[in-house]
Amino acid sequence: MPSRWIDICDLTDIPVRGSRVVRFQGAEIGVFRTASGDVHAIDNRCPHKRGPLSEGIVHDGAVTCPLHNMIIDLKSGMARGADEGCVAVYPVEIRDGERVHIKLSAA
Amino acid sequence: MSRQKLVVIGNGMAPGRALEELFERAPDAYDVTIFNAEPRVNYNRIMLSPVLSGEKQFEEIVIHGDGWYVDHGVTLYKGHKVTEIDREAKTVTSEHGEVAPYDKLIIATGSVPFIIPVPGHKLAGVLTYRDLDDVDAMLLAAKSKGKAVVIGGGLLGLEAAAGLKAQGMDVTVLHLMPTLMERQLDESAGYLLEKAIRARGIEVITRANTKEILGDDKVTGVLLEDGTKLPADIVVMAVGIRPNGELGKQAGLDCARGILVNAQLQTSDPDIYSVGECVEFESNTYGLVAPLYDMASVCGRHLAGETDCAFIHPQTSTKLKVTGVDLFSAGDFAEGDAREDIVFRDASRGVYKRLVLEDNRLIGAVMYGDTADGAYFFNLIKSGEAIDADARDTLIFGQAYAGGAPLDPMAAVAALPDDAEICGCNGVSKGKICGAIANQNLTDLDGVRAHTKASSSCGTCTGLVEQLLALQLGDAFDASAPKGMCSCTDLGHGDVRRLIKAKELKTIPAVMQELQWKTSCGCAKCRPALNYYLLCDWPTEYVDDQQSRFINERVHANIQKDGTYSVVPRMWGGMTSAKELRAIADVVDKFSIPSVKCTGGQRIDMLGVKKEDLPAVWADLNAAGMVSGHAYGKALRTVKTCVGSDWCRFGTQDSTGLGMRLERHLWGSWTPAKVKLAVSGCPRNCAEATCKDIGVICVDSGYEVHFAGAAGLDIKGTEILTKVATEDEAMEVITALLQLYREEGYYLERIYKWANRVGLDHAHKKVVEDLDNRRALLARFDVSQRDAQNDPWAARATDGAEAHEFRVLEPAS
Ligand code: SRM
Ligand SMILES: Cc1cc2nc3c(=O)[nH]c(=O)nc-3n(C[C@H](O)[C@H](O)[C@H](O)COP(=O)(O)OP(=O)(O)OC[C@H]3O[C@@H](n4cnc5c(N)ncnc54)[C@H](O)[C@@H]3O)c2cc1C
Ligand code: SF4
Ligand code: FES
Repeated sequence: MPSRWIDICDLTDIPVRGSRVVRFQGAEIGVFRTASGDVHAIDNRCPHKRGPLSEGIVHDGAVTCPLHNMIIDLKSGMARGADEGCVAVYPVEIRDGERVHIKLSAA
Repeated sequence: MSRQKLVVIGNGMAPGRALEELFERAPDAYDVTIFNAEPRVNYNRIMLSPVLSGEKQFEEIVIHGDGWYVDHGVTLYKGHKVTEIDREAKTVTSEHGEVAPYDKLIIATGSVPFIIPVPGHKLAGVLTYRDLDDVDAMLLAAKSKGKAVVIGGGLLGLEAAAGLKAQGMDVTVLHLMPTLMERQLDESAGYLLEKAIRARGIEVITRANTKEILGDDKVTGVLLEDGTKLPADIVVMAVGIRPNGELGKQAGLDCARGILVNAQLQTSDPDIYSVGECVEFESNTYGLVAPLYDMASVCGRHLAGETDCAFIHPQTSTKLKVTGVDLFSAGDFAEGDAREDIVFRDASRGVYKRLVLEDNRLIGAVMYGDTADGAYFFNLIKSGEAIDADARDTLIFGQAYAGGAPLDPMAAVAALPDDAEICGCNGVSKGKICGAIANQNLTDLDGVRAHTKASSSCGTCTGLVEQLLALQLGDAFDASAPKGMCSCTDLGHGDVRRLIKAKELKTIPAVMQELQWKTSCGCAKCRPALNYYLLCDWPTEYVDDQQSRFINERVHANIQKDGTYSVVPRMWGGMTSAKELRAIADVVDKFSIPSVKCTGGQRIDMLGVKKEDLPAVWADLNAAGMVSGHAYGKALRTVKTCVGSDWCRFGTQDSTGLGMRLERHLWGSWTPAKVKLAVSGCPRNCAEATCKDIGVICVDSGYEVHFAGAAGLDIKGTEILTKVATEDEAMEVITALLQLYREEGYYLERIYKWANRVGLDHAHKKVVEDLDNRRALLARFDVSQRDAQNDPWAARATDGAEAHEFRVLEPAS
């Protein structure tokens, strides 16, 4: 599938240690900003029972799912610790120091 | 062979170095012409800060004096800005009409400071910080010793602030983020930096969003988004830079954020090179000089005819050039799976070091207070050398320990002499602790604390004391007994609560630094706990950290299994009215809410509300006079009541009235765990008051106040706290009890567990017997309620607070 970069928001639209949700052509993606300033985009559905990951607490490079506390690594999309499962991750770029772009497969 | 013509646009640090490399290898290959928009020779831009602070003169930071250009036969046009590149004719033209032909061209136009386009950004007195002219303008303004506001708490902003302060100005730094230099430092180091900046008399305001720069023709002040007004004679904007690729774009070269180059620094036109901050290489742009020098070297060598040279995007490191502030950061220090942190904190010396390892290799380092090993760590990062398990144990201590045998902590403690001081705060020696353990038959930390005071103040020697216990008792000592709050700290909730007050810690980074957290920014367990403790202990000062709250408390609704939310408005004491019920019915229709249910807490739950609809739902409920029921919070939940003397033939007192009064007085307060109350009008107890956190049973002669019941995971009848004669006194006792629990409870510890831990008569003593203490508790509760009793729904429904929570981003497809 062809993919392309999409300009989604200003860096400052995402709170530090927080997240935003992007809907694009039916997909729902969680975009997270960590304490160290990194931005990550992952599918907004927990591998456990589809919990909305964007609503979790963000700590270090991970988010804790709000429904049953599975910890998902934002960079790799893998569950941390003893849990198993993973979610899709999307490449992110910050352009001009402020615009967040993510790379999506577009139909 | 006739000489080729090399033209250079820009005379900054990068091309200066490129020419040095070129002349060293091929001194006679080119006739060189340089155009520089600045009317001066090449100087060391990074040393502008010492010039601003008065520690250096401009002459001392010149790199190439006029003589250098003469010696190398270079024509330098000072104060000539190039306005056009003609690639067909192979010429460049300056704004003064000078035209120069080239065979090879270097574009090295650096970057331009980013200016936030707020109203007033063009006023006289709004400065940037890029070149000597900016420094001269600041020095001129500083002569009148007025007020300066620096926007931006990054490297440049802080250096500007320190310089202006040194010149006698009154300086305030505004920073949008919660901690300074957040791109280079983690929260802990940022906290220490802020402390140091403040210590030199510079005001720092974080989370400061500039709304407007005030003034008619000249700056008079700055207005922040939250309404704060700061007077200012100058405003320095240091919020970032952008590659200055304008000329490249005009000339039709491939550009993205900057001018795109290959590993030989050639642009899409092979005769045109570009080096420095105007460049974009493999999606990277640059703002520090080290990588630019690498570029310059490759460019110079390539121009000299070498073909085997290539630029590789390097790691960079940062130091802040503010005298007396020691910090260093390098590499990638974001946390991640498969990454390991080694953290060292020495709170008394203000030292913080953090190393990040991945696959046994050092990939990042942040240091504050002691940066002696910066270069050593930076080399390890660059070399990517594998670090074996032994070396890992002492890595954080730097080069001096590298390769040394790791110390077994037990052996180390055993080897200490008897007079070695273990607890610095209370001056307790090893001999004294071991003596107490033996003579008093102590078996745990609390015993040692009680008998020797060791580890009872700052707690940082706790590990050592435990080792002494283990040493003395062998297997009889159960080290797992004193539990840390989570894996980020060995300190338990009690220690942390005590130290927050004793050391007056008022922010999460302050707690983590002073109490030596082992992770850089905590986890989903400790962050919400710390947020509650700080909110409880410093109600007027602490800024609630939304990102340290669980989703339900952040959006003031309960998340459901499908990602929708439930909404439960307060029904004071379980009473409602036609107006409220009608409003609920209307809301349910209007927003197509799928389920409406009576809860076990005597109120109504609307389930299945879409997150985006929440503010509008709340607005409608607010309009009918209803507020948040905090059904989602570690907070006061419900006060159930029965109909009482109003209607019931057995009712002895107005239980409904007392319940409503209690709920109106206590709502909004945050508590360690959820708190539920009930008031029953007689011992038949229809409101189930005897299994609540706090319950009241009305009797003919007054009110029995009960507490410490449970009917959830555990089932437990309440204990009687006291019996009082009047409703007013019942209000007082209950409020004081709640405040005592707020101050002493551990996060997520319900009242019955707290009471069990501190003893049932503890609350009786503090709340019933000691009237002075009761009054003090009531006073503290009142202070805390002043800020807490605001309906969180109203703020979000009408004032747009936290709007980002409720808006989904939908980019155009
Ligand atoms: C809605 C309600 C059930 C109902 O349909 O009646 C309910 C629903 C939930 N209860 Fe409850 N509890 C409800 C009354 C109760 C009661 C009865 C009462 O309050 O009189 C109890 C027993 C009393 C008690 O609290 O001890 C009760 C004991 C619990 C517990 C066990 C707490 C404990 O410490 O033992 C939990 C789990 C927890 O808090 O960790 C819990 C947790 C929950 C949660 C929050 C589960 C969760 O974490 O998502 C449910 C939220 C649903 C939602 O989105 O609204 N709920 N829950 C009741 C809301 C009352 C209200 O108006 O606010
Ligand atoms: C105050 C300050 C402190 C700094 N501290 C550090 C530090 O501690 N460590 C660190 O590594 N880096 C630091 N830096 C960054 C460092 O100075 C830059 O990375 C470096 O100077 C960039 O070099 P350059 O050659 O790309 O651009 P510059 O040095 O900016 O040179 C570009 C030159 O091109 C000229 N020019 C622009 N357009 C034209 C045109 N059209 N025609 C002709 N001339 C033009 C400009 O006038 C300018 O003189 C600091 C920067 C500043 C401002
Ligand atoms: S009893 Fe269990 S299932 Fe029912 S509302 Fe409470 S937590 Fe949910
Ligand atoms: S849905 Fe995420 S942990 Fe269960």
